[in-house]
Amino acid sequence: MAVNWFKYASPQTFYPLAGRLVPLFWLLAIVLGAIGLYIGFFVAPTDFQQGESYRIIFIHVPAAWMSMVIYVVMAAWAGLGLVLNTRLSSMMATALAPTGALMTFLALWTGALWGKPTWGTWWAWDARMTSELILLFLYIGFMALQAAIDDPRRADKAGAILALVGVVNVPIIYFSVKWWNTLHQGASVSLTRAPSMANAMLLGMLIMALAFWAYSIGAALLRVRSVILERERHAGWVRELPPG
Amino acid sequence: MKPRHKRLALVAGGVAAIGIAVALILNVFRSNLVFFYSPSQVAAHEAPEGRSFRIGGLVEEGSLQRQPDGVTMRFVVTDTLKTVPVAYKGILPDLFKEGKGVVAQGKLEADGVFHASEVLAKHDENYMPPEAADALDKARKAEIESQKTLVMDKSSGTESGK
Amino acid sequence: MQWESVGQFFAMGGYGRFVWGSYAVTAAVILIEVATLVRRHRTLRRRAGRSTATDSNGSSP
Repeated sequence: MAVNWFKYASPQTFYPLAGRLVPLFWLLAIVLGAIGLYIGFFVAPTDFQQGESYRIIFIHVPAAWMSMVIYVVMAAWAGLGLVLNTRLSSMMATALAPTGALMTFLALWTGALWGKPTWGTWWAWDARMTSELILLFLYIGFMALQAAIDDPRRADKAGAILALVGVVNVPIIYFSVKWWNTLHQGASVSLTRAPSMANAMLLGMLIMALAFWAYSIGAALLRVRSVILERERHAGWVRELPPG
Repeated sequence: MKPRHKRLALVAGGVAAIGIAVALILNVFRSNLVFFYSPSQVAAHEAPEGRSFRIGGLVEEGSLQRQPDGVTMRFVVTDTLKTVPVAYKGILPDLFKEGKGVVAQGKLEADGVFHASEVLAKHDENYMPPEAADALDKARKAEIESQKTLVMDKSSGTESGK
Repeated sequence: MQWESVGQFFAMGGYGRFVWGSYAVTAAVILIEVATLVRRHRTLRRRAGRSTATDSNGSSP
């Protein structure tokens, strides 16, 4: 491969690279979000059983997907940092956690607002909702643990162990609707069978999911820039940065 | 290199161990994760007796009736094998419909009727415009009709739901 | 398109407060996160430049 990836494994070289990528990903998020919302509100038809309330799906499902994806990526970076002792990997994990927590909160919030008019309740302690709530606590626990330990190296290690243990929750969330009786319906989109959604609805949802991906990557990259500056503040290269 | 491999092994081992532990715990608590029981489970006495639990299934077509008192609703929950009659005083959710999913919380009384204190609609994962749903519905009804004639041709009495 | 008027669009078939409640909170959360991230980075960047002169002993945020 032409690119030497290891070059970017050092905070010093990754910091400016991330700076160039953030606006790129956020621009992508805005464009995809605009297209997705247009399809979601003006192209996608009314649903036969839920009427217009189903339009919450265009943010609920992307937020819920991101809440799980970000957790897995965060745990992978944290694990990599634990094994290889690379500073940047642990910083990536630290940077992903708050965005993941926000996505989890959004999945729960939009789910409650969707559940009330359709199921008749804001909340139920079924396996899907309970495990998603546990995910929120895992994110909060990860952030709290890291914040509680002053030495960044030890904070990374403790956080990594918690993140890795918590990974078991992700397949539980995903398969909960299959493994147990839940109030939450099964998956409309899965890898094993054709989606049970009309095309325009599906297209809008997938484009919104891509927009959420782009937004989350941009947010994590900007946050990792701050984490780098904070942790490397005594390093020569940080002190020589031009004011930006 | 050596300590790095050792650490990798430790991490992998730890994750695997914890994963198995959690899987076991989940298996133990499996019964507590049951959000609702099906009418078949109720018939088999698998549902808790004498205390409140949730029952889930489909609302049987044509079973919904308002009682003479004007506030009590009666309907039958079915899983196509067994049925449980339900009585509920209150407002039913928007998506509550005959032939659709329902989850009701309440107690099975001695008269064999499930007295619900809360009724939730459980919709499915299909999303489509009404015209498409109508078309599907027609196609399904046509299929059922053709099956009925087939069944009658063979003069067999068994007729199962989908 | 299924909307015959702006009012109909905002009513969302009677589900307006649920649909718009979801979208409004999502938009707010994203805007707050972006603002926080940009401000935090700007502050840290300014501080990084300032510490050139003297080795500041632990001006942690």
